[in-house]
Amino acid sequence: MEALQTKAKELLAAGTVQVAIGYGKGTGNARRPLFVTKPERAADLIVDAACTQNLATYLTKHEVRVMGRMAVVAVPSTLRSILQLAAEKQIREEQVLALAVIDGQVRELATFEAIEEAVATIPDAMSEADRNMIDKLSAMSVPERRAFWADELVRCVKCYACRASCPMCYCERCTTDVNRPQWIPVASHAVGNLEYHVMRAMHLAGRCVECGTCGKACPVGIPVHLLTIYAEDSVRRQFGQRGGASAKLDYAMSTFKPDDKEEFIR
Amino acid sequence: MAEPFEPKITAFVCNWCTYAGADLTGTSRIKYQPNVRVIRLPCTGRIDFMMVLKAFTRGSDGVIISGCHPNDCHYTSGNYHARRRWMVFRDLLEFVGIDLERIIFSWVSAAEGAKWADLVNEVTSKVRALGPYRELRQLAAVGID
Repeated sequence: MEALQTKAKELLAAGTVQVAIGYGKGTGNARRPLFVTKPERAADLIVDAACTQNLATYLTKHEVRVMGRMAVVAVPSTLRSILQLAAEKQIREEQVLALAVIDGQVRELATFEAIEEAVATIPDAMSEADRNMIDKLSAMSVPERRAFWADELVRCVKCYACRASCPMCYCERCTTDVNRPQWIPVASHAVGNLEYHVMRAMHLAGRCVECGTCGKACPVGIPVHLLTIYAEDSVRRQFGQRGGASAKLDYAMSTFKPDDKEEFIR
Repeated sequence: MAEPFEPKITAFVCNWCTYAGADLTGTSRIKYQPNVRVIRLPCTGRIDFMMVLKAFTRGSDGVIISGCHPNDCHYTSGNYHARRRWMVFRDLLEFVGIDLERIIFSWVSAAEGAKWADLVNEVTSKVRALGPYRELRQLAAVGID
């Protein structure tokens, strides 16, 4: 933690970056995002097991970008997000510097190449709870799964916290905002909620870095991250590609192979 | 007495192959079930997965999605891209508990008028046997009594 604070202080003092995005103290034991612009405030940065939010979300926000070059405290999934944003031309190398926290060590990663190398050495870490949940759901029958999701999604209040917390949901105009046609009903409603969450997962398939931040952001505790993780997993299983592995575009859904399976097409 | 169930089938077809194929079915005077409502789109690549969901919530009992055979796409690769999307979409639909029996994918070329007739007949009888689609529509009706 001290290593990180010192590093952030140095970077800010030297003017290498104008803002350091990290974790600070929140209510109780919770952590909240902290934007440090003055070197002397770098001591407020915290790194511990409670820091799980994917801070890459802020890298595309106009309000943060105008501050100048950004240093971002990056857990492994944040590094993947940076690469995916780079691949989608949403961020340039000179705009961001990653302070990667890997196994308690802080490493400064200034280039996408360095981030790619770091990411390649990190094993996938889907949490055990998520893995168990997906296994449990996969073992259910289709009507059982329908009942499970109907029960969960009925609580959705359409606050779009899942969308707001996601680094990959940066579209200026989301399908949910379109009203001609009204793809997604505005009100919270059983079928609209299902449509919204299916749509979100489809739009993230092949781009999701499986950070699970959307699920943690949900104020009513719907495990929405399972949908995006499942869709991402489906892409990986079927096409062998994944989101956030490279700063060059390698998006499974924008390409194809002539011999993709088609036994379901008659 | 209630009328016997007649399924409503929505068909999303591409302009260049399946629509022309369905046209050929007509000009060849082949008869087929009248349950299908054809929606013509430029390409299978244009068929947004949301359209399929909307078709079901608005009253379809079955959906046919059909376009050019691989390598025949008017836009070179629209059907290949669409195929990838369907692979993931089908997987995801099963995961949220929507069974895939009522969504039928097919390649029907402009020369396959007879195949189109067979496809529609087959799907119509299948959906007729499955009965009306209730799951999504029941959800859609929640709170509207």
